[in-house]
Amino acid sequence: MQSRAHEFKQRSATALLDPELKRAMGKAKGGFQQKRRNAVDALPEFEALRQAAREIKEHTLHNLDFYLERYERAVQSAGGQVHWASTTQEAREIILEICRNAGAKRVTKGKSMVGEEMGINEALEQAGFEPVETDLGEYIIQLAKEPPSHIIAPAVHKTKDQITDLFHAHHQKYGLTDRVTEVPAIVNEARTVLREKFLSAEVGITGANFLIAETGSSIIVTNEGNGDLTNTLPRVHIVTAGIEKVVPTLEDVSTILRLLARSATGQEMSVYTTLSTGPKRKEDLDGPGEYHVVLLDNGRSQMLGNEFHEMLRCIRCGACMNHCPVYQSVGGHAYGWVYPGPMGSVLTPLMVGLDKSFDLPNACTLNGRCKEVCPMSIPLPDMLRKLRQRGHEQRLTPFRARAALGLWAYFAKRPRLYQLATRLGMAVLGSLGKRRGRFRRLPFAGGWTDARDLPAPQGVTFQTAFRKRGSQK
Amino acid sequence: MPSSNENGALTRPHVGLFVTCLVDLFRPNVGFAAVKLLEDAGCTLSVPEMQTCCGQPAYNSGDATNARDIARQVIAAFEEFDYVVGPSGSCMGMIRAHYPEMFPTDALWRGRAARLAEKSYELLSFLRDVLGVECVHARYEETVTYHDSCSGLREMGIKAQPRALLGQVNGLTLNEMNESEVCCGFGGTFCVKYPKISERMVADKVQSITESDATTLLGGDLGCLLNMAGRLKREKSRVKVYHAAEVLAGLTDLPPIGDPK
Repeated sequence: MQSRAHEFKQRSATALLDPELKRAMGKAKGGFQQKRRNAVDALPEFEALRQAAREIKEHTLHNLDFYLERYERAVQSAGGQVHWASTTQEAREIILEICRNAGAKRVTKGKSMVGEEMGINEALEQAGFEPVETDLGEYIIQLAKEPPSHIIAPAVHKTKDQITDLFHAHHQKYGLTDRVTEVPAIVNEARTVLREKFLSAEVGITGANFLIAETGSSIIVTNEGNGDLTNTLPRVHIVTAGIEKVVPTLEDVSTILRLLARSATGQEMSVYTTLSTGPKRKEDLDGPGEYHVVLLDNGRSQMLGNEFHEMLRCIRCGACMNHCPVYQSVGGHAYGWVYPGPMGSVLTPLMVGLDKSFDLPNACTLNGRCKEVCPMSIPLPDMLRKLRQRGHEQRLTPFRARAALGLWAYFAKRPRLYQLATRLGMAVLGSLGKRRGRFRRLPFAGGWTDARDLPAPQGVTFQTAFRKRGSQK
Repeated sequence: MPSSNENGALTRPHVGLFVTCLVDLFRPNVGFAAVKLLEDAGCTLSVPEMQTCCGQPAYNSGDATNARDIARQVIAAFEEFDYVVGPSGSCMGMIRAHYPEMFPTDALWRGRAARLAEKSYELLSFLRDVLGVECVHARYEETVTYHDSCSGLREMGIKAQPRALLGQVNGLTLNEMNESEVCCGFGGTFCVKYPKISERMVADKVQSITESDATTLLGGDLGCLLNMAGRLKREKSRVKVYHAAEVLAGLTDLPPIGDPK
């Protein structure tokens, strides 16, 4: 997917003016947060699980080569094939080749964020295939020709009315001419349209929440069952996953699964947890004839062992964005690439380049709520700060901000000069602001006073007043 | 050698007051409130002259070099005291949580930073958790609501302590706002680097404050308080804003933050 992360400032400004977005985000936020809270409170061992999950992932990442090779051998013994792609370009070529060999016309898709990284839908369309998203949210945004704005709720930015309009515009060609306005009717209409697509697709592409090294299985968790229809009905099943998705054993996965849905949607488990292991065997009633796994690196191996290593623990639950006040204000599209919110503000610079996404790690108050709710205990604020350090070292910071910071630091490192300057400065500001107690406008402070008044200082610094008091005592 | 109380704290500890740059410049009254609360609790107090700021603006902007220089200055000025205390969870969180990680390749300064970090506290949690202060002598006849500033809450575990102390103030009623733990949109330089996003966040916060029906907003960090007070004034709200220490010390003769004399 083409990155627009460098447009964060414009995109966030536009998003803030969108009343529909505000309505949609406001509605989703409370639900996500409260449901997670309830689910976590109902599980006394949540913290212990969190610790265990972290250890499982750390162990795996420290031995990633070993587990990936073990996983590949297990997939092969089950009759499947593993394809290694270091770039999204390689991954697209592999997938298109498999689709061509399958003689495919229509390709159904389960939700896959790695698929978004690859921009697989555009690639399939350009190569003459018809990709059909089957997750309801993904289907909605495919019709709207938009990227997802959330990693587990891709259409969270859309209101029900907008979806009604979208379906009405796109479904009349199927003879569905009534406007559907209620949620059950909307879901049913999508189901009617998608049913035919499921039955006629030659290839099904899904993502993977986990890959299991000991069995060669891929796991997806869904709430709609669309993933199961995507991976069992077509003749060919392609799994796309990042290399960090591998976990040693089924036992390990069951530990992490207990955190995933609770952190994501507040469910104890997602409605469907589906394991796929190789193609259909002789004794199986159904299943694909071919089973392929495309493993994508796309910068991940560079993160192994460096200061961003811990980001590879991420299980894509979305809790960080559900609790991020910046994400809740601007929505996912403002971030300009596949991954929004706190986890995206770490991943995007590492995958598309910090120079092309400078604002993402900076547009954060470091309030720490993301870290607090992250089931894998990823220190997201610390990573954002490290990216800011890289940006500062690479001189990506805008000149004005650098100059202001440099000037401030010059004084802050010289206490006597600082106290002299601030004593004079505050005396002036204090006397100017005395009458109203605040400033509505102030030169060079537009960033502050555009949105809020500046309370006036008392006029004397504490250092001065305290010394004075001491000498009078 | 000073003796210890039942909390393990020294009975007449020598405390270095870290004023914080915003209190020093904008609201000395908070500094005097800290002085009063600490002296009333039996501390001997010093205010080192060689202090300016904790260095957080540089650190959070990615300027590690200047941040380290300022950290060394703070360490040198404060390491002689039994405790370092400041009226801000954010600045004290910087000293406590981040100074030790700023010298990865310098064992000498890493050690000095770690020793300083261990004895550094935010004012209200110090009074409560270390000194075991049970009651305060203050009167404030208003309905207040309390904003949990992010660094204090998540880096320093400050949540119950200010509420326990405020509960001792005569005449004071606490009405909790919704989402008191959600960031107000200040974020240091964030609020001027991304003013539009910050505006949305502080407007949401002001809505929560207003809906609490409180007549006064209290908090423990002046940065957040200046931000919220500024927005309350912009929206022509009559809610008064004080630092919690000012109320606890009974120093509310001064007009609230952002109000005229």
